[in-house]
Amino acid sequence: MQARYSFFSLARNALGYHESWPEAWRSPEPKASYDVVVVGGGGHGLATAYYLAKEHGITNVAVIERGWLGGGNTGRNTTIVRSNYLWDESAALYEHALKLWEGLSQDLNYNVMFSQRGVLNLAHNQHDLRELQRRIHSNRLNGIDSEFLDAEGVKAFCPPIDLRRNGRYPVLGASLQRRAGTARHDAVAWGYARAADARGVDIIQNCPVTGFRIAEGRIQGVETGKGFIEAKKVAVVTAGHSSVMADLAGFRLPVHSLPLQALVSEPVKPVIDCVVMSNAVHAYVSQSDKGELVIGAGVDKYIGYGQRGSLPVTEETLAAICELFPIFRRMRMLRQWGGIVDTCPDASPIISKTPVQGLYFNCGWGTGGFKATPGSGWVFAATVANDEPHPIAAPFALERFTSGYLIDEHGAAAVAH
Amino acid sequence: MLLIDCPHCGPRAELEFSYGNEAHIERPREPDALSDAEWADYLFLRDNTKGLLLERWVHSHGCRRWFNVARDTVTYEILAVYPMGGEPPALAPLRAL
Repeated sequence: MQARYSFFSLARNALGYHESWPEAWRSPEPKASYDVVVVGGGGHGLATAYYLAKEHGITNVAVIERGWLGGGNTGRNTTIVRSNYLWDESAALYEHALKLWEGLSQDLNYNVMFSQRGVLNLAHNQHDLRELQRRIHSNRLNGIDSEFLDAEGVKAFCPPIDLRRNGRYPVLGASLQRRAGTARHDAVAWGYARAADARGVDIIQNCPVTGFRIAEGRIQGVETGKGFIEAKKVAVVTAGHSSVMADLAGFRLPVHSLPLQALVSEPVKPVIDCVVMSNAVHAYVSQSDKGELVIGAGVDKYIGYGQRGSLPVTEETLAAICELFPIFRRMRMLRQWGGIVDTCPDASPIISKTPVQGLYFNCGWGTGGFKATPGSGWVFAATVANDEPHPIAAPFALERFTSGYLIDEHGAAAVAH
Repeated sequence: MLLIDCPHCGPRAELEFSYGNEAHIERPREPDALSDAEWADYLFLRDNTKGLLLERWVHSHGCRRWFNVARDTVTYEILAVYPMGGEPPALAPLRAL
């Protein structure tokens, strides 16, 4: 049984020099058979397992992860959480996620350090301004907080921005979502893992899935590095490797796998207390609690599975950061990395049943999956449990590419691809 | 950064090129006869192989001509460059997982 994290347990363990904390989750060997096997132990996969157990009472669940928990895109993103998407379908999905974020630490008994510090989306020209205004109005119609700041308002909210107006990227205004912010990405994976484990979910790491066993169009189980595991239902949440998984199951997905880059600088004293995103020039910046600037860059223009990213993308982003924030010009970058994101033609995710009965895919989150983690897990768990799309997930089914009902979020997704 | 060997201009940096995704896709010959599923396939489904990928590139900031490239999407090694309309070179499929 897990110990509950609280001020008192912290104090008690401090007396023992923190040497007797129990493990946060078990590391069991896989059982022969499960009701549901979740493939992929990132935030979305673990959230799916957690909500399967909590909301649907399905606890005979395994999460199978090739590497370690949250070692993929969950640990590689820039931790931004927001819900200011344009269309009703996306607004419902991301706002549902944001509402879950607001109570997540309490729900999981794990501090995910969700900080609603406000997210700015900058406009650099007249067209940006009009698009931004349109999105703000659309957000407000959907009950999502979103407001417009003119240039002076931007400067007041985020003083380090250069507003001399003679720069390459003049700032004409911005949208501000005050309820948006950041969260500690690793804690999200660990918190969901711990909470799912407490409800009986088996978390199996270092166990790659090498194939699906399918008979008469129905899923029988998964072949893994630890042998065959029988499963009534299989839920695949493998981000950049979704098309590889779909290939194993015998169908194709409309996704491109591209490396998305991020960087962090050397740590400095607090200088920027909000998140600034500039879609047009691919410069995102916020400051972590350690003091590092966390910088999000763009995606490579060609398909790749190398978790590095291309140098011209790094250069472009840093050039834009230096233009917008001259104060950062002499900062040194400490680390740079890439994560493989699976982008869809309409920049919206796929949460769907598949041509194989009992096999479900949650993928295509592209450049912005982290913010949706709780909502994604919530609606996907319902889809898997009921074998029927959750009302919020229904528009994101694979069929939209045949029906033409695309949900074009290239503007709000904010990394061009 | 890729060094791409343009068949017309020689090796140049990746910055000079634009990407055209999967190679060898033919426009539907009879668009009127296509079902919705076939349209979806033509419009949206592209090879996204982890391993050997046949793809198109165009030398936008050079000769502006298109050509095909066979590339490993894991190591990023360019295995062959061949002309538009040409047959893909015989290359052993690379890793799957």
